[in-house]
Amino acid sequence: MSNEATLHSQDLLHHGTVEHGHGNGHNGHDHHHEETFISKYVFSMDHKMIAKQFLITGIIWAIIGAFFSVLFRLQLGYPDATFPWLESILGHWAEGGRITAEAYYALVTMHGTILVFFVLTAGLSGTFSNLLIPLQVGARDMASPFMNMLSYWFFFLASVLMMSSLFVQTGPASGGWTAYPPLSALGDASIGSKIGMDLWLMSMAIFVVSSLLGSLNYISTILNMRTKGMSMTKMPLTIWAFFFTAVLGVLSFPVLLSGFVLLLFDRHGGTSFYLSELFVQGKILPNEGGSAILYQHLFWFLGHPEVYIIILPAMGIVSEVLAVNSRKPIFGYLAMVGSIFAITILAFLVWAHHMFVTGLNPFLGAFFVLLTLLIAVPSAIKVFNWITTIWRGNIRFTPASLFSIGFVSTFISGGLTGIWLGNSSIDIHLHDTYFVIAHFHIVMGVSAFFGMFAGIYHWFPKLYGRYMNQTLGFIHFWITLIGAYLIFWPMHYEGMAGMPRRYFDYSNWTSFSQFGGLNQFISFVVIIVFATQLLFVFNFFYSIFKGRKLTTPNPWEATTLEWTTPIHPGHGNWPGEIPEVHRWAYDYSKDGKDFIPQTVPVSADESSH
Amino acid sequence: MITMSAQKNKIHPHKYSMWIAMASITMMFIGFTSAYIVKRSQANWQSFELPSIFWVSTALILLSSGTIHMALRQFKARNMGSYKQLITLTALLGVAFMVCQVIGFSDMKNHGLSLDSTVSASFIYVIVGAHVLHVLGGVIALLILFARAFRTRVKTYSAVPIEVASTYWHFVDGLWIYLLIFLSLAR
Repeated sequence: MSNEATLHSQDLLHHGTVEHGHGNGHNGHDHHHEETFISKYVFSMDHKMIAKQFLITGIIWAIIGAFFSVLFRLQLGYPDATFPWLESILGHWAEGGRITAEAYYALVTMHGTILVFFVLTAGLSGTFSNLLIPLQVGARDMASPFMNMLSYWFFFLASVLMMSSLFVQTGPASGGWTAYPPLSALGDASIGSKIGMDLWLMSMAIFVVSSLLGSLNYISTILNMRTKGMSMTKMPLTIWAFFFTAVLGVLSFPVLLSGFVLLLFDRHGGTSFYLSELFVQGKILPNEGGSAILYQHLFWFLGHPEVYIIILPAMGIVSEVLAVNSRKPIFGYLAMVGSIFAITILAFLVWAHHMFVTGLNPFLGAFFVLLTLLIAVPSAIKVFNWITTIWRGNIRFTPASLFSIGFVSTFISGGLTGIWLGNSSIDIHLHDTYFVIAHFHIVMGVSAFFGMFAGIYHWFPKLYGRYMNQTLGFIHFWITLIGAYLIFWPMHYEGMAGMPRRYFDYSNWTSFSQFGGLNQFISFVVIIVFATQLLFVFNFFYSIFKGRKLTTPNPWEATTLEWTTPIHPGHGNWPGEIPEVHRWAYDYSKDGKDFIPQTVPVSADESSH
Repeated sequence: MITMSAQKNKIHPHKYSMWIAMASITMMFIGFTSAYIVKRSQANWQSFELPSIFWVSTALILLSSGTIHMALRQFKARNMGSYKQLITLTALLGVAFMVCQVIGFSDMKNHGLSLDSTVSASFIYVIVGAHVLHVLGGVIALLILFARAFRTRVKTYSAVPIEVASTYWHFVDGLWIYLLIFLSLAR
């Protein structure tokens, strides 16, 4: 009940009016503003609509980012072939039907930036934190719906800037998604270091603001706006995961911002934070006393937590989806929470493992090796718990549950190679090779995408009141799973053979020419998998309008609060009072009952969890 | 029905958000100052005295913390007249603080320490400049409160906005003290 009082006072804060008082507590949503098209679909303050905005913007970015990977895979797989249609879409960037080296670097950089930040941070955490936090903790909306709206529109502005950088004459940033100086700090260093880099930095700075506004809201909503009875330990694991994701974001993104500010001053203020003793195009630069490594420290202090910002929401979603579809309580709930917490702490203590070969003191490196390998412990606990959750479960194979199981698979196979790379001595050989690409794409890229797909398939009925097509979902899953392994597994071998990443053309090296056929094969699979993702996109948009309609508010027979709302919940989520919570979120197959919703009181002869 | 007493025991979500935002801002300045420490231990580091006007600005911002604290008490006592005076005074002190910082910048520049002269000077400009921007944010918040206090159509007597603003104000004050001590000691 206290949430209503909170929201009530909030409306006072934002509008300064008392005309729509729902302070009388039991008639939440019908007293909200009359909604116009603008206030409902554009500048919406409803967390559910903001979630849809994040999701659809993320989908658009994902298509663009993935298409870029198809383009540069064409170059890698068929370095001698020409594709005249490339020239018609890329113009002088693909003269004669073969992309130029500059275009290749721009595509690689944009692929990384888009996927890491715009899709797997904003699109994943932005979507599901917004959708599920108020619904699953039992709140009418976020702590500050206005800030939540700003969070999306800052993201939108960042998107516009990043998108516009694709169309400037000198092209977008092309120094890698990490934007290391001096390439990113000197406009003359390369064609992609000019206006494209400025737009990149501005876009990313605004993106950080968007992320911070969102995270602030997530944290204060989870800590302050839970419904009666929803103690922290009764929260679904999704909420725990979103909570720690937000904590990571709030504490690490500002450090990245400070790094970007210094970089901007180096670019335009004539300062030398990162620059020292440089020659560019035969000219000696006046800059002295800077250190490029300093940027790497600041960048990776965010950069490493960032991979957990990406993977933790996926972990939370998978935990929830697996429990629901196995009809079993999640195994080791507190161990799950504890390991998310441990990962969050360790995330801040391992950034230098990205910098083993920058001249880092080997003695210091040893500590980072130890801390890095320690992450294997909570990760292994989580994997064990997922497997024991589905073990002997009454598994329902839906696209969501399949993607969750796929997540566990890719998380294991990608996580194991993390143990290799976390060792500084092995890293000397493997760093900056295709082994690294294989590792992080499987453990972070593919896994997070699987978590996102699981979430979309699972909560699509809540988002749109319809189901997605299951058959298309199954096709989508199997081709994506097999395709992902076919794409990334061979890259391990290329990496072990020393094949470096970020090269435009390998055909001049006899040592790597043996991989010509393999690269061709990978590129071929990439095209198939990309086409399959378009099938998913079709399924998504088709189902919004034509999908099978929901007949019950709780289609998956789940225990959590979001399924106690109507099929099409209004702004305020529950038409009546917010339900009270009496039990944890995982009472499946208890006492002969298939599931017991969180709102059902614990009966006298039953032990509360 | 609502039991407002139960609500009172709970910290208001906006206040909570402000605390998290402050943690976030702190992390940004930790980023700056740790970069400063890393650079300082490397070659070519030139140290110099901070502009003396920074001590004046310190006095101003400390004073403004006092005035906003009194403003909050006056608001709670419903002395709206003196509340308005005090937040105006606080905002003016904030502006005076910013002016002093800018004078400090021009002072440095007159001594040959421009933004692009040496890394240590660049750091002062960036760190102190970033702090000034945060003070500016506080001044804008006070102006909004000020406008609200004069609004006649709707009166709100919730102390939450002014409490949030004063928490933030004390925070930028404390942040400046930290930066001043840091920059004076780690030269």
